[in-house]
Amino acid sequence: MKPSSFEYLAARDIDEALGALAEHDGEAKVLAGGQSLVPAMNFRLATPSLLVDLNPIGDLAGVEVSGDELVIQALVRHVDLEVPASTDATSILLARVARLVGHLPIRMRGTFAGSLAHADPAAEWCMVAAALDATIVARSLRGTRRIPASEFFDGLFTTALEADEIITEVRLPLLRNASFGFREKSQTAGDFATVATVATCSVGDAGVVADVRLALAGAASTPVRAKRAESLLVGKEPTPDALAAVARAAAEDVDPISDANCSADYRRHLVEVLSRRALDDALGAAS
Amino acid sequence: MTSVTLEVNGRSHDLEVEPRRTLADALREDLGLHGTHLGCEHGVCGACTVLVNGAPTRACLVFAVQCSGSRITTIEGLASDGTLHPVQQAFIDNFGLQCGFCTPGFIMLLVGALEAKPDRNDDELIEILASNLCRCTGYRSILEAAKQAAVDLRSAAAKTAK
Repeated sequence: MKPSSFEYLAARDIDEALGALAEHDGEAKVLAGGQSLVPAMNFRLATPSLLVDLNPIGDLAGVEVSGDELVIQALVRHVDLEVPASTDATSILLARVARLVGHLPIRMRGTFAGSLAHADPAAEWCMVAAALDATIVARSLRGTRRIPASEFFDGLFTTALEADEIITEVRLPLLRNASFGFREKSQTAGDFATVATVATCSVGDAGVVADVRLALAGAASTPVRAKRAESLLVGKEPTPDALAAVARAAAEDVDPISDANCSADYRRHLVEVLSRRALDDALGAAS
Repeated sequence: MTSVTLEVNGRSHDLEVEPRRTLADALREDLGLHGTHLGCEHGVCGACTVLVNGAPTRACLVFAVQCSGSRITTIEGLASDGTLHPVQQAFIDNFGLQCGFCTPGFIMLLVGALEAKPDRNDDELIEILASNLCRCTGYRSILEAAKQAAVDLRSAAAKTAK
């Protein structure tokens, strides 16, 4: 189908973009990669009166380490993350995940920040943001907000972002002494995840788990941090039985949907199996 | 209406389009380049794939107004002096099409992917091809065409390097 009519603004800088959003009071949409927004417009699920295109803005496409964080700016494409920006585990995790985000043409246009703004619960980046406690930096004419990922995802395709705000950058903590695992099940290469899991883990000198994070995609209406499951492992030795208990707890605590692709029971099963495998991968690398 | 200058297959075109005009519709309706096919119009089938600055792009997910100043290549711009592009030739040699509707999209996808990086193994080619749909389900021969094209483009690149 064809989108309904809209006005188009090729923003020259971020202030012009923010001004246009403020002026249009909820009727405008921000265009970055457009790989989710434009399909929604073609279906007329989204009917903005103004499209504010960020692409002409020159200085929004950087990925760099700043202190203890990896900073990803608004126009960083999925494909830009396929090669790690530095040698830290966060960059390497992103490179591993990036290759499974959509198909090649989608990866070459779609953006990391746009994926978070779209908030598809099956999206890999939303899960990674939840796992790492990313900070989403949102600007408007009213000022700049730093929103923790734990407060960002409100529901299906719904976030804490206000209509006049633009995500200018996302800040991910560098995994210093932690290792990670990432697992995904999808119907075909490049398809949305049916379920995906990411685990990060650091093990202390005494062989006990100092910190563990486990996040899930495709398991609920938002990305999920499996907090109770995580708590079962902190301070414990990562034995096979302990990891199995963590994965089981993660599956017990989610309430996934049934849809055309698979049943809720199958999704819950995937949560358990893929959580276990991500934890195994993380701990295999940690030890 | 908005003025836009599209550079398509090396020729510059000044157009007046509505902002909602997708690149695919501008190519087909305003420029008469019907080789770019439209299947789903929501980014799933890949039939409308063209190159924008060399990158394979779903032309139904980009608006023409976004493409001012970009280099666009469509299936019509691949052959030069009557010689088919190696990817086009590989599709003929391997019977990589049946009805042909998906073919321009598959070819542009592969041209973009292989010209950026000709050194791709079979698994990578399969992953790339998963981007597009062929409803005749001729995937096996499309994969064979992709493999031949990768070999041909590698040897062409090696010759140029010498």
